[in-house]
Amino acid sequence: MKSHYSKEIIEHFLHPKHLGKIKNASGVGDTENLRCGDVMRIYIKVKKEKGKEIIEDVKFETLGCAAAVAASDMICELAKGKTLEKALTVGYKNISSKLGDLPPMKVHCAQLAQTGLKMAIEDYQKKKRQ
Amino acid sequence: MAKIYLDYAATTPVDPNVLKAMSPYFKKDFGNPSSIHGFGQKALGAVDEAREKLANFLGCDATEIVFTGSATEANNLAIFGLVGKGDHIITSQIEHHAVLEPCQILEKRGVEVTYLPVTKEGLVDPDQVKKAIRPNTVLVSIMYANNEIGTVQPVAEIGQFLKSKAQNPKPKIYFHTDAVQAVNYLDCNVKNLGVDLLTISSHKIYGPKGVGSLFVRKGVPLKPIIYGGGHERGLRSGTENVAGVVGLGQAVEEIQNPKLKIQNIRIRQLRDKIIKRITKIIPDSRLNGSPKLRLPNNINISFKGVEGEALVIALDQKGIAVSTGSACSSKSLKPSHVLLALGLSQEQAHGSLRISLGKFTTEKEIEKFLKVLPSVVKRLREISGYK
Repeated sequence: MKSHYSKEIIEHFLHPKHLGKIKNASGVGDTENLRCGDVMRIYIKVKKEKGKEIIEDVKFETLGCAAAVAASDMICELAKGKTLEKALTVGYKNISSKLGDLPPMKVHCAQLAQTGLKMAIEDYQKKKRQ
Repeated sequence: MAKIYLDYAATTPVDPNVLKAMSPYFKKDFGNPSSIHGFGQKALGAVDEAREKLANFLGCDATEIVFTGSATEANNLAIFGLVGKGDHIITSQIEHHAVLEPCQILEKRGVEVTYLPVTKEGLVDPDQVKKAIRPNTVLVSIMYANNEIGTVQPVAEIGQFLKSKAQNPKPKIYFHTDAVQAVNYLDCNVKNLGVDLLTISSHKIYGPKGVGSLFVRKGVPLKPIIYGGGHERGLRSGTENVAGVVGLGQAVEEIQNPKLKIQNIRIRQLRDKIIKRITKIIPDSRLNGSPKLRLPNNINISFKGVEGEALVIALDQKGIAVSTGSACSSKSLKPSHVLLALGLSQEQAHGSLRISLGKFTTEKEIEKFLKVLPSVVKRLREISGYK
């Protein structure tokens, strides 16, 4: 019997590893899906290492469905330890496939997570310029 | 882990007596009621008997019962079968999609539709129905009890007014009610309600899925929407779902069992206990709909800082089945039109939970649910960063 959500989605929803806030975050990305109303916040902590900017830590808070929570946790997992450029290449399809495929109706949750990370990185870069 | 089902407004399990009544008509007595031989006549007799049972329950004549493939079809038949270009329909903003969508389609075909607003508690004001009447109004369709928030509408009051209006001969305004959620709990006598058309679903009353019924008062100029054989006095062609119809008849008979009255009081008490406990122990929770004019089995509560679909999935992981009006759970990604019509914000609708009880719900199950729910809400509030 096929269930709506994969085991991976349920696991990341029930036991997210990257849930929470980062105090003095380097960047914060707030994003909202205007259609369904899900709200997501991604925090990143950036460190410089050998001239490269690396995402040292990344956390999230999400008011949304099980898929949105799982996608939030997954984008954090995929972004952690990556350079900013590399993290920006993580697409919603990567998130979805890592979660054992989101149901078609829920792909927008992965897009929301992708946007959330992008906005956190943009926030960091904006702060850096100031 | 025993699963706990608290979603009786979505569907109900088939009652053992219903299943027993149905079983001969799959194999042994499989005849087509239109056949004139013995096999057919036996099936026809069973369909007629079920029709009598429904007529008895509704206080109408057996010839006024039309069996359909679902309550959705019955609603479609009531609306499309009666209304044409240039006509006017009065309905409410909180009807089931099976009423709203036919109305929306008719609007595109030159029919005027008034969608009456409801009060904060989800009630239609009968005065607004009166005020909405136009010279070309042919149909008023107001549901008996709402499927999401359980609000019971003043159907008899509206029916009485429309009947008095009917003294004035032209044009006659027909009154339809979708009684799907009401049948288990409320008086459905069509004379008391003053309705001309009434929709029933089988699978909401411990009958099988795939069968519904429309009461059509004698003289209502209804046209069919399905053609080909002239079954159901020409109003619904297609070989009767004999076992299903028998099941519906038996389900209606079970409802008339006097024991059910006590059963319903028990359900109402469980409902009140759930509402009281949840709103007391979970901060930022509020009841949606009316505290008083409410089906005995319906609870609808919004939690701030929680998304309903996530809540349903998390509870499902704990073996508890409930429902939500959240956008995330709908195919359209829109929050419940019913909750929005009450004036709830998108966020409040987002965090709504519907708990619907039934005759197999036990006190023990409710205790378990009430034990699990607060921790699940708390956890989801951690995830959303709420407070």
